[in-house]
Amino acid sequence: MSEIPVSKKVIVIGGGLAGLMATIKLAEAGFHVDLFSLVPVKRSHSACAQGGMNASVNTKGEGDSPQIHFQETIHGGDYLANQPMALEMCKRASGYVYLLDRMGVPFNRTPEGLIDFRRFGGTKFHRTAFAGATTGQQLLYALDEQTRRHEVEGRVRKFEGWEFLSAILDDKKIIRGITAMNLTRMEVAAFRAGAVILATGGCGMIFGQSTNSTACTGSAAGAVFQQGAWYANGEFIQVHPTAVPGEDKNRLISESIRGEGGRVWTYKDGKPWYFLEEWYPNYGNLVPRDIATRAIFKVCRELKLGVDGKDVVYLDVSHLARHVLEEKLLGVIEIYEKFAGQDPRKVPMKVFPSVHYTMGGMYVNDKQMSNVSGLLAAGECDYQYHGANRLGANSLLSCFYGGELAAQTAVEYIKGKEKEEPVSGGERVCELEVKRQNEINEHLLAARGKENPFSLWEEMGRWMTENVTVVRYNDKLKKTEEKLLEIQERYQDINLSDMTTWVNQPLVFARDLWNMIVLARVITRGALLRDESRGSHYKPEFPNRDDEKFLKTTVARYTPEGPEISYEAVDTSLIQPKPRVY
Amino acid sequence: MRKEKITLKIKRQDSPQLKPRWETFSLKYRPGMNIITCLMDIRKNPRTLDGMKTTPVKWEQNCLEEVCGSCTMIINGRVRQACAALVDKLEDPITVEPMKKFPLVCDLVVDRSSMFETLKHAKAWVPIDGTYDVGPGPRIEPEKQQEMYQLTRCMTCGCCLEACPQVNAHSPFIGPAVISQVRLFNANPTGRSNARERLESLMITGGAQDCGNAQNCVEVCPLHIPLTTSIAEINKQITLKLLGMLKE
Repeated sequence: MSEIPVSKKVIVIGGGLAGLMATIKLAEAGFHVDLFSLVPVKRSHSACAQGGMNASVNTKGEGDSPQIHFQETIHGGDYLANQPMALEMCKRASGYVYLLDRMGVPFNRTPEGLIDFRRFGGTKFHRTAFAGATTGQQLLYALDEQTRRHEVEGRVRKFEGWEFLSAILDDKKIIRGITAMNLTRMEVAAFRAGAVILATGGCGMIFGQSTNSTACTGSAAGAVFQQGAWYANGEFIQVHPTAVPGEDKNRLISESIRGEGGRVWTYKDGKPWYFLEEWYPNYGNLVPRDIATRAIFKVCRELKLGVDGKDVVYLDVSHLARHVLEEKLLGVIEIYEKFAGQDPRKVPMKVFPSVHYTMGGMYVNDKQMSNVSGLLAAGECDYQYHGANRLGANSLLSCFYGGELAAQTAVEYIKGKEKEEPVSGGERVCELEVKRQNEINEHLLAARGKENPFSLWEEMGRWMTENVTVVRYNDKLKKTEEKLLEIQERYQDINLSDMTTWVNQPLVFARDLWNMIVLARVITRGALLRDESRGSHYKPEFPNRDDEKFLKTTVARYTPEGPEISYEAVDTSLIQPKPRVY
Repeated sequence: MRKEKITLKIKRQDSPQLKPRWETFSLKYRPGMNIITCLMDIRKNPRTLDGMKTTPVKWEQNCLEEVCGSCTMIINGRVRQACAALVDKLEDPITVEPMKKFPLVCDLVVDRSSMFETLKHAKAWVPIDGTYDVGPGPRIEPEKQQEMYQLTRCMTCGCCLEACPQVNAHSPFIGPAVISQVRLFNANPTGRSNARERLESLMITGGAQDCGNAQNCVEVCPLHIPLTTSIAEINKQITLKLLGMLKE
């Protein structure tokens, strides 16, 4: 494949759902794809998605429609999502579910053999297709299999075990390719292509513990941000209401548990108190995630009514029918059993909110193109579709829609470019960029300071979780900004404890850490400046939504002194924003 | 009695060319620890029990909830995912080794790419026409879905190959995982069209018939996939094919 002209080649970074969807669509369009992934793509973070994927097919005769799905997505996101794009995504949803069905995804079935749908947060309709409680894993495997088919047929070349380092930009700031580092041999190389799609997921690792996989550092987005790509709505981080806290990670207990009838409670006056059902009689346990999370915080932190006085509430499925637990929820039940050591069929699970999803991300236009010519983004690493809070089971959907759209746009872009000027050329910029990246490695390997990168990361995670998640105060945000600056300075005094050039994981992590700190500053600055409460972003000092000032997309641009923030209008052309009441 | 310290003996090897060595670490015990938190402790302060400086131990990880298969290694003699190996349930000292049936890369990192290669030969996919929207696939009864779901959960983690006595340096046996995937795709209404080719990919030296029926695979599979049932089913299909009686 080395003879494939650059004008027929696209690079995709990330082998989760969005990356693989883009890869498959590009291969079908006759393009060649170089697919880069930290892990074998089958081990990507999409595997962790549990509950399902939304599509309004109305097979249960409830009167659901893509239009209602769209309205609830916008309302759930507190009106911060660009509406025409979200509408298009909702319209295409059923097509993706049927496509996955044809690929062999074992969606749960009704007795008649049709795809079954269940309830999720922020809606009253049965709209979520699911495969047990490991839907993301099943979807990922289906795309992995189809990608392997294209690989065998010679249209896809996989680079598994490679870390994306940077975009290669020419003098006109047009993308010419990427540099990447092999995680075994630690060699840095340049790869050229007509367009590059980033599908590198969220950045939960910035918060230390989250429900994310350890690959979800946001490093790739942080790297291109420092090269001039914009980052939007960074301050919108979803904290999922129900996870099992752990030292290495917080393990998600899917919203599908509540979709199938699970109830959240704690003791009050010696009796079970179903506070979500009491406070939100319409939606009960299925209020959107930001609302459920704040309610649990209120119960534990303000009312001091957490179980045993701790930061814990109960999530109970012990009353559900055994066949529901075994056929629809098994994957989640097993996770709790394995990691908490108790059987949820018998005793209520102990849960607490955890950082879960990155609503913000790379700034892209309505075709997934970033502000850098030829650099696209799709999936959790872009900022579209979910506004200030994502509805459950919409993330998988946005991966398919974003991935497909990014592939289409990449094809159009390359074809358009061919007419203007040849896409080839650029050997010099490739060499320069490889040299620059090697110098960063050499510098880190030679450092003999006293800061351990993993300890530094833990410290950052604690600060970010404490001050930049569920409840945000301006004084604490300011202190966090100062802390991040301090961490950035201490980073200069790093020590990898490892000078080898074979599987040097501390070197890779140190590189990721720098990009994480840069993005942490974007998240914190965005939160500090947004003096209102909207979706996942809540400031007790500014408890109301302020549409006049802040019905706007936050756009961050990199400067060496720190992120520069400006605001851009949100496309609200289809639905008039109204108060968000559940 | 409440533990205060735990001891970890880790088999280390800097590269395939160098000799392996054992290093012992003493770590502060905390409730809820698993092998990953132990390895994370070590990388923050890489010193052995004797206080000697060493390099951080290298391992693979990603999801940390036993759905990705990355962190597979041998813990106290048993192959499993390190994330789900809780210290409270392990006898001290805990020994940690890399898988032995795959080429070693470094410390606990091995190269399992051969498993993905066998999936290519077995055409382990549903040969759909394309990804444009042509409506739903065939209807499937709930019982059939449950059966398929068991098989589709395979993470390609390699536990079954590691535990299988037939998988070794002197035998070309391809192992249980891929055979189970052939069963899955041959049972799919669309996947069935490639059934013969898939079976042919297993009718080689080291193919399905080389299973020695030790049944270790089902024992160690973290997702309880009925691997021996899959192997029996595929051997049945191969026999039918040889007799010219395989149903299309």
